[in-house]
Amino acid sequence: MTAAADIARPRGLGAISALTGAVVPVLTVVLAIVAIWYAASVMMNRAWTLDQIQRQGLEMTQAEILTAAMTQERPVLPAPHQVFAEIWNTTVGEPVMRERRGQMQGNPRNLIFHAYHTLWPTILGFGIGSFLGILLAIGIVHSRAMDMSVMPWAIASQTIPILAIAPIIVVVVSNLPALNSAVSAGWISEDTKLLVPKALISSYLSFFPVVVGMVAGLRSPQATDLDLMRTYSASRSQTLWKLRLPASVPFLFTSLKVSIAAALVGTIVAELPTGARFGLGARLLTGSYYGQTIQIWSALFMAAICAAALVILLGVIEKITLRRMGARS
Amino acid sequence: MRAASLPPWGLPALGAGLIALALVSDTRLAVILAVWFGAWALNAALANRSGAGATRLVVPVIFGVTLLVLWELVVQLYQISFVILPAPSAIWARMVTETPTLWADFQQTILKGALAGYVMGCGAAFLAALAIDRSAFLQRGLLPVGNFIAALPIVGTAPIFVMWFGFGWQSKSAVVVAMVFFPMLVNCVQGFKASDVMQRDLMRTYAASYGQTLVKLRLPTAMPFIFNGLKICTTLALIGAIVAEFFGSPTVGMGFRIKIEMGRLAMDMVWAEIAVAALAGSGFYGLVALIEKRLTFWHPSQRRG
Repeated sequence: MTAAADIARPRGLGAISALTGAVVPVLTVVLAIVAIWYAASVMMNRAWTLDQIQRQGLEMTQAEILTAAMTQERPVLPAPHQVFAEIWNTTVGEPVMRERRGQMQGNPRNLIFHAYHTLWPTILGFGIGSFLGILLAIGIVHSRAMDMSVMPWAIASQTIPILAIAPIIVVVVSNLPALNSAVSAGWISEDTKLLVPKALISSYLSFFPVVVGMVAGLRSPQATDLDLMRTYSASRSQTLWKLRLPASVPFLFTSLKVSIAAALVGTIVAELPTGARFGLGARLLTGSYYGQTIQIWSALFMAAICAAALVILLGVIEKITLRRMGARS
Repeated sequence: MRAASLPPWGLPALGAGLIALALVSDTRLAVILAVWFGAWALNAALANRSGAGATRLVVPVIFGVTLLVLWELVVQLYQISFVILPAPSAIWARMVTETPTLWADFQQTILKGALAGYVMGCGAAFLAALAIDRSAFLQRGLLPVGNFIAALPIVGTAPIFVMWFGFGWQSKSAVVVAMVFFPMLVNCVQGFKASDVMQRDLMRTYAASYGQTLVKLRLPTAMPFIFNGLKICTTLALIGAIVAEFFGSPTVGMGFRIKIEMGRLAMDMVWAEIAVAALAGSGFYGLVALIEKRLTFWHPSQRRG
């Protein structure tokens, strides 16, 4: 026990120094981006402020012009603090639920409410997509015919711009007799029905990275390992469960991280042409209709926060799983 | 997918059984199943026979054609509503009659919007990677940030760019630039790091200058990474250009056409646009892959054993 701890300690220290080694440069880059952003926002918003000054015949010092350029209501490019103030006001400053017509409902002014409407289909679509991706990869690894016929089309399917399909999927899915009868039978609610096409589009985007990663992962055991399984007279399914699948886990997590980010993009994109009322994509759309640039940017940042949270969550699960499986970090 | 215990004739027998079962309940289903299993048996036989060059081409083609035939059969036999899913033949007919419109949309969206943005974005990312390459500090800082930004839904910036650059193709290119920049940057930076320390030391012993080392060692070793980035960006460029048109465009363009024809429920036209987008996407990707094959023939991933 103590020996293990002794071995573990230097590695832990190494991790810390690696962390600080990365933190300083990353912080520098982030600060530089924020600085560039402020400069750009002042430059792009100045014209409007100067125009206003001229029209109203005001006298303003440079400092006043500067603050005026950063506090416009509909700036060309909102300053970072405006965006964060908007995010703060629409998450903490608004109740998530509100009472309407005697019952509690989600509050459409709250950004968390919109994020929730985007996250659910994302996770659902990610689940469907990665499950199908794993199945397809197992098929491809085990059947030559499937490898040769499906793989080129799986690649080709990703060159189709998904957004082009999004409106069609929405029309087709919402007209599916099975789904409509499920709604009228009361199995699923009307809200859930609206969620299905979004989830399908995000699963379309998220299945491909998993297929590619898992095919590589399932083929990653070396020939000697496969031979060893052969000498044990292991069947194909035993080889799959005991050798190929465990060997593919690191590949799986790498591709899952790519695929969940893709799933989020898919959901947001799916909300654009479908006239969704709730969700981060809907928020982007209404923002662009009414010229509410701050709202657009806050929705973008919320999407970024969601993406980061999902990827980090997967990273934690990866770390725990690999440790359980006895991998050395 | 065949289980270990299943004999070689297991799959055909299973297929025949299913077809027979379907024949009893629904003849149309039996026809569809028969086509599917027939084509699959043919493919399986071809694939297991040899891995020669011709089979590599024929098998996917048969699979694709089968899917099209099945689509047509399902639509015709079950008389699926035109709004839900038009038959491939109807889509093809529309493509033939509407070729000028499709060509105009293709020019506007792909040739102007996507391609211009792709070239600018990838070029800028390459140059930025070259600049970053000389500073280890910037590399350590930019790689995680770049990786993070590459995972963000950047399509969301489309409404902003349409506000800034107007409805023309310029705003579409701007969206494409924003979408391709970071994935390309990350790949290029990784590529420039790909050469061994030994190899770089060797160049030093030759007294090679920075430029010589770059051109003769580091660019070639970076090529697989750069092409990986270029291939990922082809799809992103098309998505970006089409998405941006949903937020405002002149009365031409693929995204615009899809939006308008959707409203008129002219689904065959929507599908025709999608077919063009798919062909353009595959062609674009194929072209980059072909150039890659020519330029990085020496790389293990390109070797044919």
